[in-house]
Formats: sequence, C-alpha cells, structure tokens
Amino acid sequence: MTLPGGNPEMNAPSAAAPDEVVWEPVVDDPAVVAPVFDELTRQRTKEIISRYPQPRSALLPLLHLVQSVEGFVSQDGIRYCAEALELTTAEVSAVATFYTMYKRTPCGQHLVSVCTNTLCATLGGDDIYGRLKEKLGVGHEETAGEPGTVGSITLEHAECLAACDLAPVLQVNYEFFDNQTVESAEALVDALQAGEKPNPTRGAPLTDFRTVEMELAGVFPDLARSVEGPSVADETLRGARLAADRGWRAPSMPDSPPDLPALPEKK
Amino acid sequence: MTAATPTTPPGPDPLTPVLTRRWLSPRSWSIDTYEQLEGYEALRYALGKDPDRIIQLVKDSGLRGRGGAGFPTGMKWGFIPQGSTGPGAKPKYLVINADEGEPGTCKDIPTMMADPHSLVEGCIITSYAIRANFCAIYVRGEALHCIRRVRHAVEEAYAKGYLGKDILGSGFDLDIVVHAGAGAYICGEETALLDSLEGRRGQPRLKPPFPATAGLYASPTVVNNVETIASVPAIVSGGSDWFRAMGSEKSPGPKIYSVSGHVERPGQYEAPLGITLRQLLELAGGMKDGVPLKFWTPGGSSTPIFTAEHLDVPLDFEGAAAAGSMLGTTAVQVFNETVSVPWAVMKWTQFYKHESCGKCTPCREGTYWLELILERMVRGQGTEGDIETLLDVCDNILGRAFCALGDGATSPITSAIQYFRQEFLDLIAAQPAVAHPDQLAELSGATA
Ligand SMILES: Cc1cc2nc3c(=O)[nH]c(=O)nc-3n(C[C@H](O)[C@H](O)[C@H](O)COP(=O)(O)O)c2cc1C
Ligand code: SF4
Ligand code: FES
Repeated sequence: MTLPGGNPEMNAPSAAAPDEVVWEPVVDDPAVVAPVFDELTRQRTKEIISRYPQPRSALLPLLHLVQSVEGFVSQDGIRYCAEALELTTAEVSAVATFYTMYKRTPCGQHLVSVCTNTLCATLGGDDIYGRLKEKLGVGHEETAGEPGTVGSITLEHAECLAACDLAPVLQVNYEFFDNQTVESAEALVDALQAGEKPNPTRGAPLTDFRTVEMELAGVFPDLARSVEGPSVADETLRGARLAADRGWRAPSMPDSPPDLPALPEKK
Repeated sequence: MTAATPTTPPGPDPLTPVLTRRWLSPRSWSIDTYEQLEGYEALRYALGKDPDRIIQLVKDSGLRGRGGAGFPTGMKWGFIPQGSTGPGAKPKYLVINADEGEPGTCKDIPTMMADPHSLVEGCIITSYAIRANFCAIYVRGEALHCIRRVRHAVEEAYAKGYLGKDILGSGFDLDIVVHAGAGAYICGEETALLDSLEGRRGQPRLKPPFPATAGLYASPTVVNNVETIASVPAIVSGGSDWFRAMGSEKSPGPKIYSVSGHVERPGQYEAPLGITLRQLLELAGGMKDGVPLKFWTPGGSSTPIFTAEHLDVPLDFEGAAAAGSMLGTTAVQVFNETVSVPWAVMKWTQFYKHESCGKCTPCREGTYWLELILERMVRGQGTEGDIETLLDVCDNILGRAFCALGDGATSPITSAIQYFRQEFLDLIAAQPAVAHPDQLAELSGATA
C-alpha cells in the first residue's frame, strides 16, 4: 500500500535535533532514499522483511542494518526504514529513540561499553569507567577520535550485561572482556587506539561496530567462522566441573522415554 | 541448623547437571556433539504423538517458568485455544524470552552459548504441542555471540530436517527466527517484548487480554523463558517422575543458580530447587577472603534483599516467598560487609530510573525522585526525612505501577531499609562522610 499524498515529512527538509549531525540531502527528491543504501542493502532489507509473518517486525533488524551502513541512525536511515516498511518517519523515529543500542550520532570504529551496574561497580566497574572517561576525554556515548576512523572509540556505561559471575566486565562491539581491572581496560583501549584488535575473552575476533551491527540485523558475513569464538569461561563451567569431580549427577533417566500421560477425562 | 557439608544427603546429589550436563563437552554448541549426547531424541519421540498429551506431561512435571514469576508452564500452554473454528483457528506463536537483563541474572546467555540446541529442540517440541508454526527467539541485542550460536544452531537444525516443512516426515511445519533486541530491559516484560517484536517501542500492554489469547499480532501466543523451554526435551526423555525426583512438590526440577560477587568461586551451579545460600557458598568456596556476608539477592535486583539471617532459606518459589522475598531468576548476588547498603541501593535505583519505559506516572516520576533522594544521601547531604520520603514514594509505586518493573524498583529500597535502617540513619547523621568507592578500592582487583 502506498499512501496517496505521501507522508508529511516527504515534502519537508529533514529536521535535525540540535546535537544531531545535519543530513545534507544528496538527491533532489527527498522521497528517494540516498544512494548510501545501495543495491546490496536493499536486497538484504527484502530478505530480512521476508523472515517475519508481518513486515513491521523487521523494524528493529532494519535499524541495526542502517547502523551497519552509517555507523549510527541518521534521519536518512529513518526515512529508509519508513519507506521499506511503509511507515511514517515519525513512527520509525519513535522506535529508534526508545532503544539504547540505536545511536543518534556517528560512532567510533569501536564501541566500548563498561558495565556499571551494582555488582560490577562493587568489584571495580565504576573505577574502570571513570578511568576510561578520563583517558579518552569523553563522557557517556561520546566519541574519542574522528568517528569511523581507525582507532576511534565511542564510550558508554552499560547496565548489567548478564555476565555478573565474571565481573567486572566490559564489551567492545558487544564481545565480552571479562574479569577486567583498571589496568587491563586501559591496555585494551590503548591497543584499540593503536589500530589493534585484541581477542575478547568470550566472543568472535574483533571486527568493528558497523560489522557487528550487520550481524545484529541477522546478516552474518562469516558465521561458520565467527561462531567458533570461545563462549565459556572457568566460571561458566564451575558447577558442571565440580559435579563431574565429585561424581554428582542428576537422577538417571529411564532408558527410553516413558509413555506420555493419558488425558484426564473431560467432564 | 547443623552445618550442611556437601556430602550426599538422601535424595538427589547436591548438584544435578541437566541443562548444564553437556557444557563440558568439546564444541558443545554444535549439532554433532548434541546428537551424540542424545540430542533430538526427545523430538523424534514427541513428533506424531497427541500434542495434548505433551502438554499434560509438562503439567504433570510441575515445571514452572524460569523467567522470574514461576508460572506453571503446562498450564500456560493449556490456555492456548485450539480447534478449527473460533479463536483456535488463528495462527499460534511461540516466543522465547531471551532478553536476560535483570541485574544479577546470567544463566540464559551461557545456556544459549554452550548448548543452543537444547533450546532449539525445546522450541520445536513446544511449538508442536501448542500447534504453532512460527517461533521467534528474542535475544537481547548486547548478547551478540549468543545470537550467533543460536542462529547457527537454527541453521544446522534446518539442514538436518528438524526445522522447515514436514519435519522428519511428521507433517509438522515450523520456522524459527532469531531476533536481536536493541537494548531495553523493559522488553523482558512479556507484553513489552511482543510490542517490540512487532516493531514498536517496547512498552507493556494492558492485561487482560493475556498473550495466550491476544499475543503476537493479536494471535494466541506462548511466551516462555530460555531455561524453561530448554528443560522440555529432558522432561520428554525422563518423564515427570524423573523431573520431580529433584526439588520440592511445588517447585520441582533442577535450576541454574548464578552465584556472583564476593565469593571465592563465582559461577553457574545447577542444583535441585530448594538449595540454600549456605550450601551454595560451600560449593562456591565460601566468602571471598573470608570477609563476612552482609546482604544478597536471591533472584536479581527486583527481589527484596536478604541478609546473613537468611542463609538457610530454601531457595525455591515457596521458601523465598515465605522469607519475604522472591525466587526471581536465582541470580544470587553476594555482597560482603565492606559494601555500603545505601550506595548499592542507589546504584540499582539508577538502573530502574534509566530503564523505566515512561508509560505510567508512578514508575516514571517515582524512580526519578527515588534516584535523586538516594544520590543526595550518598553524597552526604541526606536529611532525616529522607527515609520516610523514600518509603512513601515506594508505597505510591508498589501495586500502582502498570507493570512489575515499577514494583521491582521498590524491592531493593524497602528491603534495605527494613534490614539496614540504622546504616541509612548513620549515613545521614555522619554527612558528608560517604567514602564509596574508595572504601572498596582495596577489594576491587584493581589495586590488589
Ligand atoms: C521488567 C521485567 C523484565 C523481565 N525480564 C525478563 C527476561 O529478561 N527474561 C525472561 O524470561 N522473563 C523476564 N520477565 C518475565 C516475563 O514477563 C515473563 O513472565 C516470562 O518471560 C514468562 O516466561 P516463563 O513462564 O517461562 O518464566 C520480565 C518481567 C518484567 C516485569
Ligand atoms: S511500571 Fe515503569 S516500566 Fe512498567 S509500564 Fe510503568 S513506566 Fe513502564
Ligand atoms: S552487574 Fe555487570 S554484568 Fe551484571
């Protein structure tokens, strides 16, 4: 379905919030999305939409896809999603601004997220975040270096990253670096700034923010390889190992599945 | 209480690896390993059987939801209308809640990384039982590697004919999509999750109607937690009596307890429901460096805190509730006596304030004020009236908020004041003297 008169934003120049990068329209007709979303992106868009019973369910993945192209969600990206799903840009904006992982300004090559929730903070997470802030000279969701260039880093503090047994933790492009200290975190950031890509404790070898955003959209450039990245730490396996060492087991199962129970008589 | 040593008492062993039993195997996440270790045998057994009898099996097993609320899983499946006319004729959906974000909770993500096929097999059996042909696994966006593992497992399952059209010649069709979230704790709430999965802001819906009648795309939908559904293949293989040989009458089965914080060996410990903190601490090597326990959460930050008084509370749904808290997600966060209670409560409150979705006034405004008051207190500028103000604001949120996030935000505050009122009073009296985080610096490995 195409709305007969288009939507209100189609005829107006894009309005940018004060601290947002102003998007320069690259085509005369603002209804036509800028060529930054190339043919490949369009194909991927169709493929993503086709996975869901209803197209709108593809909006979160498409916003991730937009970030993989642009390094953030611009007005242009919002319009692209709106057109792909036949939504208004207002509807897409409302969604994009709700979620923490959609960034409103261009991100660095890497996104460094330090958990500062209570448990990590108790074990040093606040100190790590404080030190990185100082070192990079930036605050929450700010970027050190020219966004997108090698060694540029966007810093943020994160809520509990579901790795509390490995606290304090941080993530680089959502790959885990567990059991950190102020020193190890500083060394990690030094390496990233020097253009290196240290291996995470759990996760695939580091790529960059835009590549992982593509994976979050459901497009995996090399899943057979990335899936091999390690995922278990000593902590993860402690209970299983202890049980194995002590010979503790769940009660043994019958040799074959028991018959399914009969249904209770109806009325 | 006599100190329980982890020698074998009558009944099941202290640890009962079921969900974690494959985690030590090489490439435990691959379909080859999974199939070598009885994987997909439960599915082969279940396909072709009467789906209602599978639902009955899960009812008989007593399995209760592992996402926090403990709702009986079989009963939830039984609410899905069936039949070829009326509401039963609509498409049905299974949605897996893999949005793990409750502070302290860290069980679903390791489960999906180490053994994603147990979840996939559980999804197929569950979908067959409730007669769904589409299943979405909604994984928290920050859990990228976990998304890779689950997506890979789904692809392997398609390649082997466990997914897609006419699964193993049974005539049953199922598609699974792995969906990444985008960073919002509230999307763990099941109706907010459904809105998010429909491409909207993740804000809770009014209940009723419940998802069982009007869920995804207003169709009948089951929403279950990862650990709940990953338990299903074992229940099919072992039967309900086997499952009930672990845990208690009302809280049967094994459960992954995630022990974190000031203990010697934090980690994932799968034990029968009803284990106590005393026993967990023994398994985890005791308190770190012998510094005594001060407070702990039985199941994440939304469950009221416990203290050293509660070492012997059985950690099952009934036991935790009888002692004034909740089992929650069995995220056992342990804090020793160097940690300032008002500071910890302030940190948790900052979390709730940040994650409040803004839909309802008590939670949106309440968490805002709670945060300001606690921050002021911790800065050393608290006033005597602050404790009563905090309790008053909590009273205006609890039971009046639109969803359980608001209620959860009050738990750390009211329980902390209940057990540690004097510490709040001392802090206020001793202004401006709060020394955090310096007081903890020596404990953070940083300066060790
Ligand atoms: C604020 C909030 C966050 C929640 N987060 C999660 C979550 O991350 N994972 C989860 O399984 N359930 C979560 N729940 C509980 C779900 O609403 C729901 O009860 C659960 O997914 C049902 O599955 P179960 O019966 O298998 O436990 C949350 C609830 C609330 C109120
Ligand atoms: S209680 Fe909080 S999170 Fe829940 S609907 Fe209200 S504002 Fe949103
Ligand atoms: S508190 Fe940092 S991972 Fe949970």
